[in-house]
Amino acid sequence: MSPAPTETSPHMSSTSTDVLPDGWEMVIGLEVHVELHTNTKLFCGCANSFGDEPNTNVCATCLGLPGSLPVINATAVDYAMQLGRALNCTVNSSIFARKNYFYPDMPKDYQVSQYDQPTNSEGYITLPSGVVIGVERAHIEEDTGKSTHIGGGGRISDATYTLVDYNRAGVPLVEVVSHPVMHNPEDAKAYVTELRDILLATGVSDAKMEEGSMRVDANVSVRPSGAEELRTRCEIKNINSIRSLGRAIEYEAKRHVDLYENREAPRQETRHWDEAAGRSRPGRSKEDADDYRYFAEPDLVPLAPDAQTILAIDANMPVLPSQRRQALATAAGVPEADTALVIERGMDALALDAIAAGADAPTVIKHIENNLADGPGHLSAAAFAELVTMETGGELSSTQVKDVLAELVSSGGSPAAVAAAKGFEAMDSSELETLLDGLIADSPDEWARFVQGDKKVQGFFVGQIMKATKGQADGKIVNQLMQSRAQQ
Amino acid sequence: MTARTAVALAAEIASGKRSAREVVNEHLARIDDREEELHAFNLVLADSARKQADAVDAAIAAGETLGPLAGVPVALKDNMCTRGVPTTCSSRILDGWRPPYDATAVTRLTEAGAITIGKTNMDEFAMGSSTENSAFGPTRNPVNPRLVPGGSSGGSAAAVAADFAPISLGSDTGGSIRQPAAFCGLVGVKPTYGAVSRYGLIAFGSSLDQIGPFAHSVEDAALVTEIIGGHDPLDSTSIAQPAMDLCAVLETGVDGLRVGIITDLMGDELDAEVVAATNAAATALEAAGASIGHVTVPAVLSGIGAYYVVAPAEASSNLARYDGVRYGLRVDAANTGTMNELTRSAGFGDEVKRRIMLGTYALSAGYYDAYYGTAQKVRTLIAREFAAAYENFDVLLCPTTPTTAFEFGAKADPMSMYMNDLCTIPSNLAGHPAISVPFGVDGDQRPIGVQVLAPAMGEPVMFRVAAELERNQPA
Repeated sequence: MSPAPTETSPHMSSTSTDVLPDGWEMVIGLEVHVELHTNTKLFCGCANSFGDEPNTNVCATCLGLPGSLPVINATAVDYAMQLGRALNCTVNSSIFARKNYFYPDMPKDYQVSQYDQPTNSEGYITLPSGVVIGVERAHIEEDTGKSTHIGGGGRISDATYTLVDYNRAGVPLVEVVSHPVMHNPEDAKAYVTELRDILLATGVSDAKMEEGSMRVDANVSVRPSGAEELRTRCEIKNINSIRSLGRAIEYEAKRHVDLYENREAPRQETRHWDEAAGRSRPGRSKEDADDYRYFAEPDLVPLAPDAQTILAIDANMPVLPSQRRQALATAAGVPEADTALVIERGMDALALDAIAAGADAPTVIKHIENNLADGPGHLSAAAFAELVTMETGGELSSTQVKDVLAELVSSGGSPAAVAAAKGFEAMDSSELETLLDGLIADSPDEWARFVQGDKKVQGFFVGQIMKATKGQADGKIVNQLMQSRAQQ
Repeated sequence: MTARTAVALAAEIASGKRSAREVVNEHLARIDDREEELHAFNLVLADSARKQADAVDAAIAAGETLGPLAGVPVALKDNMCTRGVPTTCSSRILDGWRPPYDATAVTRLTEAGAITIGKTNMDEFAMGSSTENSAFGPTRNPVNPRLVPGGSSGGSAAAVAADFAPISLGSDTGGSIRQPAAFCGLVGVKPTYGAVSRYGLIAFGSSLDQIGPFAHSVEDAALVTEIIGGHDPLDSTSIAQPAMDLCAVLETGVDGLRVGIITDLMGDELDAEVVAATNAAATALEAAGASIGHVTVPAVLSGIGAYYVVAPAEASSNLARYDGVRYGLRVDAANTGTMNELTRSAGFGDEVKRRIMLGTYALSAGYYDAYYGTAQKVRTLIAREFAAAYENFDVLLCPTTPTTAFEFGAKADPMSMYMNDLCTIPSNLAGHPAISVPFGVDGDQRPIGVQVLAPAMGEPVMFRVAAELERNQPA
């Protein structure tokens, strides 16, 4: 659990950016469908498995055959409650409800979902930036089958025929619904990234946007800056990556502003994001608002987790990304936001160990961000700490450190040995001072310009010394020497 | 007269007095004789019944342990799934569909040795009280073929009344077992909601539907209820308890039991002869040692209104899947939406369409609270009033039906047909068990049914009272 935010309310909104013209603010709410990584489906024993031969993981229940009945998958409920707690939600006694509408890939022509009594309600996600986004609910529902429209550009309206694969029908989903409190695409992207990392940390989903195990729909509207109203929103579907999410939101918000500024208004509708074209297109119109005729699912009994169950979930909760960021930020003495990439790369343990071994924390984080994008390889925390200490102690130049680090990642070993093998020897400053003095004597005009404050010639001196030392000098130390000599 | 009860037939077969083949043939012969007139069945399974009978006879010859219903023919309402055997709900919409599995109740009967002799006619999707709403034509009442057998399980009632099978299964959503039992002079049971698995019962009103037996005797009904009852992990609403011991209590008598007559269901809107029979039943129980009192449960009079919101609402959702996409009837069209519409228009009969529309309306945004919400409140109220009544009484007594069996076409107006369910609906809304026991006939020799109601899981006491009524039939 992240501790409850103290300075901000869970409904605290993110701040606007300047994506939109002055005077406008975007309002974003996200609905994220997450497939739970269970062995079997939500209401039957069929395998929950992506990519199998179509219509092989099906039975009477998930095909909705007459007379079949659902039996709840206890693991799916456990996963859903675990996710709820990870999102700081209250886990409630809940019931299932039928959402009624006709669609060929929905075997019963209703979807078993939850409506007015969801399993998880009112939680929040804390972004690395510290912004807190309120989560309205995270409810359990069954997935539909998958339609593939053949001909007519893949759209149902123009298709020659449609193939339906029911392998996905009945796969357990949790729909995580945010409050409409995000006001810039960056926060929306960070929210989805954070949610994905929470899913991976808890293991309740493999959260693969490209395989559809995490599907993001964005509800976007705009309003005059400072206004409280919620204007007509459009729901953007078919967003296949976090990058697309940002683009789709930006496009949609601008489209709304354009409409309002032309004295028009957007229609409430579902739109499909076309990544290649960089635009959204209208889908189903919601003008004659869908009436799903929800009512309590009579074939299932209420879920009533006792306090013990919730306590056990909390007790077994793995460490979540926000907690890892906090731990590293505290150990490193840096703002939480600066630790995000380290956590995302899963190298916080390495960083913490290196810092504990005495390495300079910002340097450790800098290397993970800049030089360890492909992972730590054979680099041990002890070696990492030793190397960073050699660097901050001036024994190796930053260029040399990078070189040694790459070697440690690919083959392991001790930094001192690797540096020695590469012929990197620490140069003491007196040697550098002698070199510098010689240079000053050879280039008096340049030196005079440097002393008068012309920074452009600094590079000349550093470059010459590097040349003379075959790159073994530490540029930082050379700079320091030049500064002190100039002040003499 | 040869044996007509399941218990007697099973004993004859087990003792070797008669072979199962002989018993099955005898029933098939009666079917040959009267089925054309009565139309109790959508499908008679003569060949497979004979084959199963031979298997029973072989088991007897081999000295194997037999189930309690070994060799006994049973008729199944055609809304119960039977593996590989067409299951139609008496609707064109399921044309050609064969379930890949057996309903749990069917499995349990089969495991007890029973032999399925046929699938019985019904009001389409169990929507009706006369079996006139079958897409395959009506069933006639064997007692008097000018009369309806009741419904919706009219075929199952007629099959037993005509001795096509000694026992049958029906389903009861608002009285669909008890009303036809009363009309055909049979015992009919609606068990506690959750006492019998609904797995494989094609849903009408899921929160109301229960499977139960038709029989000539209370003992047969008790035996079948025992066999099909008990927890089933395939039905989440199945009560997590083993089947109740019922046959053992039938001889216990009613001494000291408190019987309450529901005065709200003894008024002028009911046929006087039916009311008189109910009073006579009470007198008989009193003579057997029960104490008789009167109790008012006024919410039962709101039952029909509530039922005709809840059941159609659930039906509108349950029947959505019949869309022509995956199985059953399909009327082809240029696009999916039109195909759905044409298929459903052609596949469903008028009463089914009426209830789908009613239910869709009742669940619609803006009407939900006024209709579905209110109906749910009525259910709660009925349950509360019943609970209060059961503080003072062990069982409640009332007629099964407002009238005895009527003639074909007599209730063409849907509302007058719906009124038939007045006395049976409250038990469905409350989820309680109820049994209809024959108790005399009216002036036209039409059977009268008297109903015994009990609280949830109160089947043992309910069967004790039913058995007592059976022992004290009017002259």
